[in-house]
Amino acid sequence: MNRQYETVIGLEVHVELATETKIFCGCSTRFGGAPNTHTCPVCTGMPGALPVLNRQVVEYAAAVGLATGCTINQCCRFDRKNYFYPDNPQNYQISQLYEPICRDGHIDIDTPSGIKRIGIHEIHMEEDAGKLIHDEWEDCSLVDFNRSGVPLIEIVSEPDMSSAEEVIAYLEKLRLIIRYLGASDCRLQEGSMRADVNLSVRKAGSRELGTRTEMKNLNSFKAIARAIEGERDRQIELLEMGRQVVQETRRWDDNKEASHAMRSKEDARDYRYFPEPDLVPVLISDEWLERIRAGQPELRTQKLIRYKKEFDIPDYDAQIITSEKKLADLFEAASAICKKPKKVSNWLMGETMRLLKEREMEADELSFSPEHLAELIRLTGEGVINGSVAKEVFLKIFLEDVDPVKYVEDHGLKTVNDEGALQETVEKVLADNPQSVADYRSGKEKALGFLVGQTMKAMKGKADPQAVNRMLKERI
Amino acid sequence: MELMSLTALELGRKIRSGETSAVEAAKEAFSRIRRLDDTFHCYVTVDEEGALRKAEETDRRIRSGELTGPLAGVPAAIKDNLCTKGIRTTCGSRMLEHFVPTYTAEAVVNLEKAGVTVLGKTNMDEFAMGSTSETSYFGPVKNPWNQEHVPGGSSGGSCAAVAAEECSFALGSDTGGSIRQPSSFCGVTGLKPTYGTVSRYGLIAYGSSLDQIGPVAKDVSDCAAVLAAISSRDPKDSTSVKRPPMDLSAALKEDVKGLRLGIPRDYLGEGLDDDVRACILGAAKALEEQGAVLEEFDLSLVEYAIPAYYIIASAEASSNLARFDGVKYGYRTKEYDGLHSMYKRSRSEGFGPEVKRRIMLGSFVLSSGYYDAYYLKALKTRALIRRAFGRAFERYDVILAPAAPTAAPRLGESLQDPIRMYLGDIYTIAVNLAGLPGITVPCGADRQGLPVGIQMIGDCFQEEKILRAAYTLEQTRTYVRCPAAQE
Repeated sequence: MNRQYETVIGLEVHVELATETKIFCGCSTRFGGAPNTHTCPVCTGMPGALPVLNRQVVEYAAAVGLATGCTINQCCRFDRKNYFYPDNPQNYQISQLYEPICRDGHIDIDTPSGIKRIGIHEIHMEEDAGKLIHDEWEDCSLVDFNRSGVPLIEIVSEPDMSSAEEVIAYLEKLRLIIRYLGASDCRLQEGSMRADVNLSVRKAGSRELGTRTEMKNLNSFKAIARAIEGERDRQIELLEMGRQVVQETRRWDDNKEASHAMRSKEDARDYRYFPEPDLVPVLISDEWLERIRAGQPELRTQKLIRYKKEFDIPDYDAQIITSEKKLADLFEAASAICKKPKKVSNWLMGETMRLLKEREMEADELSFSPEHLAELIRLTGEGVINGSVAKEVFLKIFLEDVDPVKYVEDHGLKTVNDEGALQETVEKVLADNPQSVADYRSGKEKALGFLVGQTMKAMKGKADPQAVNRMLKERI
Repeated sequence: MELMSLTALELGRKIRSGETSAVEAAKEAFSRIRRLDDTFHCYVTVDEEGALRKAEETDRRIRSGELTGPLAGVPAAIKDNLCTKGIRTTCGSRMLEHFVPTYTAEAVVNLEKAGVTVLGKTNMDEFAMGSTSETSYFGPVKNPWNQEHVPGGSSGGSCAAVAAEECSFALGSDTGGSIRQPSSFCGVTGLKPTYGTVSRYGLIAYGSSLDQIGPVAKDVSDCAAVLAAISSRDPKDSTSVKRPPMDLSAALKEDVKGLRLGIPRDYLGEGLDDDVRACILGAAKALEEQGAVLEEFDLSLVEYAIPAYYIIASAEASSNLARFDGVKYGYRTKEYDGLHSMYKRSRSEGFGPEVKRRIMLGSFVLSSGYYDAYYLKALKTRALIRRAFGRAFERYDVILAPAAPTAAPRLGESLQDPIRMYLGDIYTIAVNLAGLPGITVPCGADRQGLPVGIQMIGDCFQEEKILRAAYTLEQTRTYVRCPAAQE
């Protein structure tokens, strides 16, 4: 039955920008302060207070626009969106309707049938609202304005997607671009990236769009995928029963895996938009735009092409490393120092990924310096430390960014290349374990492993295992 | 010594010379307020304790040579839509009856830096909406020339306080004539600067794209001095502009030789009271005699200014006043059932009828389906009006106009017919739509003995020219004190 229908999806994605201060005042954007401590007359809507635009917001918005092929509107304006709600201290939100900063962009996503271009209708700047806290005990609601005035951009796509997979691919790509730009950390769970899904279905081959619904409260990629599938099925079912889809906003409940209507078109608000008279038009001069363009970092697509040419690492490694700007930056910096990209890649793909996963950390939380990783690779390469010591030292680098040279020195971890000391230990191990020696002589290869282990143990791990191996064989 | 009968600059000189002090001046102001204000009701709030404390400090700072400016120690009144930290700021509304701001408006901060003593807050039309100062929740202001008459509005309290000598000068705000029209009705001098000259930070907004703070004083020199003190490029107000420093003392010259004056013919026709017309033409003649070149011309588009103004101002007001919802500050109804009932009741009970009328008007013109027909058309009209003034200023340095069609109407006469009241703003609102500077100076009286002022309009940033014309006219007359001032 589903095959007779196709799904049409457009996304509205809100992204909290990583500015130090709010969009229209000097208050901190830091998350988690005591309620109403990051506030001032402007972001609490006091009478007579006026907004002043934070230029960094313009730069981030334009950077995202440039990275997604948008045309930058060099004379954009703000508008007021009027609606009453207590989290919105002025009872209007300063946003952009008539002249948004970016228009007509696109993001190319990979699909099983090849590359698909998803259009971006516009990107606009706006302010976030405060947070309502419902106090069940006192039967009242309280407002925390710390988030009020935190800068957002809203990225509005064209209705160019047709499946949950495409939506996820689009969101992942968008997220990666914005993270590369440093414009936001784009965390869905923490709300610094929020996606609303507009979805409609139509008979396959039909050119007319069906009635759409808007789905809110989607806090993870998985929830988005489930919501899309749920909503598509709900709409098809309605149509199959000969009923109509109602244009409405729905709220997804990921626990129940179902949505319910929030408000229909009839009670859709009339926002009475009009140009914000307290702000002058934002003029982005050619020079300013050029500066923003010049400051754009290399994005993943370009990096992948360059890595292929410059570094001798497998495509798979390149894909993983470029999936996070932090990893790519570490890779490039460490490789430049030690000139061993494959070794750097191994450390990032292996131990780094393992530790991130084990500690439930994100790559952008990595805090070690590429110099220390490069130094560790040098120490290993020169045989100063052996592989297992290297792992131990890396953990210290990962956690505390220790200087490996100093750490190895301080903790006496250097491989002992002193033939005399090793010889003595080997003799002792052989003498202490006659049974194993006999086993090895009678062809039990395993016994050698045991003897190597015993020697390493006696050497406190600081011997070169290959040297131990060689010496044992010679003696037996 | 009658300190309050002096101009602000004269008083400032006497304070600096030690002949009197900031404390004595403030004390005299409060004694006059006590004697007169029950009658005229210029003030909503006075801050005697704070003002005297401040005046003492000012005297110390003058003696130590720290404060040397012309307004140091001079007591002033502030319109009650300018936020003052620790002093309640009501906007003449029940909505803000008990509202005490946490910060002070930039214009007032600038005055305080100049050593001015803030006496209190002046009565006004509720949220500056009105032309008579009768819509205040705290009761109407009476005209010090005749208690049966209104002082004009919305800065009626500020203008009446200056006329009745209950302060040395005052700050008002002008969205559609709210400084210039009551200055005419009260026989004082009031200036609306070019949009962007004075920071609006801390001015409780009515029509953001039209509002501008300005001085009300006894004469042109005082206005110039106060303007110099309050003007600033304020990083907290994006619409405030960096202007080259104004040479205001050079502007205060009795010299209009060759100054090109234009009088819009459209302003002299039907609807203008004969006495007022005679006063205006008389003043124009006086300037001509001083060497100015006078010409009548067609400004055009005059009839469109009122609808354009009331659409734009109401639209902005409907949004600006949305924040008064009973949630964070201001009036909250006693009984309600849920959020929407709280919103509705708080706003229904907290706002007066004129404010509600404009909020409804503004919400209507912005609603979907009407935006293009009303708001957008009004914006286009505004652009055309600007252009018409632009053309006029290619030919004239100063445009002369009435400030109102009549002298002050009787109390209670205007509110019954709001449309007529709106039409009374015809000579002042175009100036706000175009962002121009305008000044009103006294130029005579009507048959009832009520004062009449003439409005002088300049091109953007040409305050010097209108000050020069106004100063020259002023020199041809003597300042007439109102009867209340002589009490």
